[in-house]
Amino acid sequence: MGLKRYFAKRALVLFGVLMATLLLTVLLVGSNMDSILKKGIAIQVRSEIVENKDLVAGFAGTDELNSYIESQIQQRTKVLGLDEPWYSPSRVGLAMYKILILDFGHSAFLTSDSGSTSVGDIILEKLPRTILLFTTATIIISIIGILVGAAAGSKVGSKIDKITSSFAIISSSFPVWWIGLLMIFVFSFWYGIFPARATPLVAPTDPTYFASLLYHMTLPIITIVLIGFGTWAYLVRNFMAGIMQEDFIFVKKTIGLKQRKIIFGSALKNAAPPIVTILALSLSGSLGGAIITEAVFDWPGMGRLYFEAITLMDLPVIIGATYVLTVFFLVSIFVSDLLYGYLDPRIRTG
Amino acid sequence: MDYSEIKSSFAKSKIGLVGLGILACLVGASIITILAIPVDTYKQWNNPASWTEFPKSAQPGWVNLILDKKIPEHKILDSPHTSLKQGDSESITAQRFVVDYPYDYFPGEFLLNYKSEYSGSPLLQISVIRPDGITLELLSASLPHSEQKTPYTDKIFSTNESIRKNLRLQSEQFSYPIQSYNAKEIIFAKTDTHETLKGKYEFVITTYNTDTFDSRLVIGGKVFGLAGTDELRRDLAIGILWGTPVALFIGIVVAFGSVVSGLVFGVYAGYKGGRTDESMMRINDIVYALPALPFLIILSVTTSNSIFLMIGFLMIFGWVGISKVSRSMALQIKTRQFVDAAKTMGQKDSKIILRHIIPQIIPYALASIAISVPAAITTEAGLSFLGLGDPTFPTWGQILHDAKSHGAAARGLWWWIMPPGIMVAITGLAFVFIGNSLESTANPKLRR
Repeated sequence: MGLKRYFAKRALVLFGVLMATLLLTVLLVGSNMDSILKKGIAIQVRSEIVENKDLVAGFAGTDELNSYIESQIQQRTKVLGLDEPWYSPSRVGLAMYKILILDFGHSAFLTSDSGSTSVGDIILEKLPRTILLFTTATIIISIIGILVGAAAGSKVGSKIDKITSSFAIISSSFPVWWIGLLMIFVFSFWYGIFPARATPLVAPTDPTYFASLLYHMTLPIITIVLIGFGTWAYLVRNFMAGIMQEDFIFVKKTIGLKQRKIIFGSALKNAAPPIVTILALSLSGSLGGAIITEAVFDWPGMGRLYFEAITLMDLPVIIGATYVLTVFFLVSIFVSDLLYGYLDPRIRTG
Repeated sequence: MDYSEIKSSFAKSKIGLVGLGILACLVGASIITILAIPVDTYKQWNNPASWTEFPKSAQPGWVNLILDKKIPEHKILDSPHTSLKQGDSESITAQRFVVDYPYDYFPGEFLLNYKSEYSGSPLLQISVIRPDGITLELLSASLPHSEQKTPYTDKIFSTNESIRKNLRLQSEQFSYPIQSYNAKEIIFAKTDTHETLKGKYEFVITTYNTDTFDSRLVIGGKVFGLAGTDELRRDLAIGILWGTPVALFIGIVVAFGSVVSGLVFGVYAGYKGGRTDESMMRINDIVYALPALPFLIILSVTTSNSIFLMIGFLMIFGWVGISKVSRSMALQIKTRQFVDAAKTMGQKDSKIILRHIIPQIIPYALASIAISVPAAITTEAGLSFLGLGDPTFPTWGQILHDAKSHGAAARGLWWWIMPPGIMVAITGLAFVFIGNSLESTANPKLRR
C-alpha cells in the first residue's frame, strides 16, 4: 500500500466519522432544535409587527391582530421549510449542510463578550483562549515529560525510574479537575497568590488584557502540567527502555560515547516517531479534556462555554461547540497519521 | 497459561495485593453503608426539606481532636427521657434532654421541634438545669386553643423574644450585665465571666394536660458528623459513603460490558478475516475517532440523565481499544494447530471462538477490565461534575459539582472538596494496581 493511498484511506475514514457525528447530532437534537427555531420565528414576527405602529393601528382589536400575527408566523415557517417534520430527509440534510459550512445560527441565551448572539462569533472568541491554554500546557508537559522520561528510561530500575513510574500511575488516577479544585483551595484561598476565577477582570479591549490573561492562566497551567507530565514521562520511558536495549546503543556505549549524548542524540531520535504522534494526538485530546478543566477554573474558553451552555440548555451553542471540537479532534488525528507515515518507514513500504 | 499459575504469580505481586486490599475495604464499606444507612435517607439527598435540622457548612466532627479550642458540635437530640405524671385534675408530661457541652465557643441557635395532640390550651414550659446547679426558666407559654382533640406541630426558636425576656428577669444570677447578649450566650455562660460553662446541661420540657407530646431538640453547632455538612445542610458522610457502591457499580459494569463486547467483536473480526474483518475494523476506526466527551455531553443533554443510560453510553466508547488488541491476538491464535484441528473436525465457528480462542485471551481481558474501571469512574464523575449526573443517584462527581457551584474551593470549605476526590482517586488506584499486576502476569514480556 503506497503512502498516498494510505492517507487517502485515512482521510476518507475521518470524513466518514465527521458525517456520522453530524448526522447523529442532528438526529439527537432535532426535535428540540425544531421548537427552538419555531419559537425564534414567533418572537421575531411578533416584535416586527408590534414595532410597526401604523400596521398595529390598522387593526380593530387584539383578536384580529393575533390572528394576523399567527398567519404571518405560519407563512414564514413555510418559507423556511419548517412546516415539514424535523426528521424529514430534506430538513436533516439542510441542518447537516448548515453545520458543515459552520453556520450554527443564533444562540438561545449566551452572547459573546462583544454582545453578538451568533454562535459562530461566540466560538471564534472562545476557541483561541482554549488553544492558548492547552497548547502552552501541552508544550510544557511534553518538554518535562521527555526529559524526565528519557532520564528514567535510560536507567531502568533506578530510583528516578521508580519515582517516575509510580508518580505516573498515581497521578493518572486523580481527575485533573479535582486537582484543580484543590489548587484553587491552596493557592487562592490559603495563600491568596492566584485568583480563583481564571476570567480576567479587565475588559477584552483593554491593552493590559493579555497580560492579565496570562496571569490568570498560571494556576490552570500548573495544574494541567502537574497531572499530565507523569503519564508522558512514563510513555517516553517505555519507548526509551526498549531502545536502550538495542544493539546499536551497546555499540555506542562500548566505543565510549558519553551517556548524555547517547540518550539525547541516538536513543531519543529513534523513539521520536511514536512520541511525535502521541504529541499530536494529545494536543487534540487535551481539547476534549479542556471542557471540564476550564469549567473548574472559569477559564473563558470553549470548556466554560460548554458548562454555561449545558446549564442554560443552549442547544445551538452545544451543537456548534461539539462540531468544532470534533473537527479539531479529527484534524489532529489526521496530522498524527501523516507524521507517523513520514517518520515510520514501515508504513511507507507497507 | 492456566489459572493456578496466574493466581500464584498474582499472589507474589505486592502492588496487586495492595490493590486487592483497598478494593476489599471499599466493598466492605459499601456493604456496611447499604445495611446501615437506609436507601430512603440517600434518596432524600436532593430534597432540601429533609435536611432542615442540619447545620450549614459544618466542619467534620473530628477537627476537635486537633484543635485546642473546641468548636461546638451540632446536636440533634430525638430520644428524650419522658416521664408522665397522672394526677386527679391534671397530667404532666416532662421530657428531659441531657446534653454534654465541653466546647469553648457558644453554640449556634437552638430549636425545639414538637408534636402534640390536645384539646383546650395546655401550658408548655421549658427550663434548663445547668452544670453549676442553677435552673433557668426559659419559656412558659400556652399552646393555641382548640375545642376538639387535634394534632399540632410547631417549632420554638432560641431567638424567641419571650425567652430573652425571661432570661433578663433572672439576671441577678449573673455578676455582669447580660442585656446585650442573646439567649444562647446567656444559657451556656458562666455566672462570673462571659465564657462558656462546660458540663452537663439538662433541658426540661414540661407540658400540662396534653394527650400526647413528643419533641426533638436541635442545638446548633459548627461541626457535625464524620464528614461535615455542605452549604445545603446535607450530611456529607451519607453522600460519600453511598457514593462508594454506586461508583463501584458504574465502574465494574461499564468495564465488564465494554471489555466483553470489545473482545467478542475483535476476536470475531480477527478470526473471520477478509472482508468481514476489513469492514468491522472500519466501524472500529469510526468509533475510535469519535471525540468521546463532547459526544457524551450531547447524548446526556438530549436524551436523559438516567445513570443506566450513561452506563450504556460509556460502554459504547469503551470497547474500541480492546477490540483492536483482541483482534490481533485472535490473528495469532487462529494460526495455531489446535484451531486447525478443531476446524477439520467440523466444529462451528462460534464454538471455535468461544471454546478455543477466547479462553486464551481471558488473562488479558481480566487485566483490561481492571484497567478500564478507573476511566469509567472518572468519566462519570466528570460528567456529573458538569451537572449531567442523575439526581436520583448522587455520586462523588455530583457532590463536587455542588461544591463547585457554591465556590467551595475559593471559600476554603475543604471538607466538601477533599473526601469525594480522594475517594475517586483511591477507587481508581485500587483497580490500576490490580490491573497492572494482572497485566504483567498475563503478559510476561512486560516483566523486566
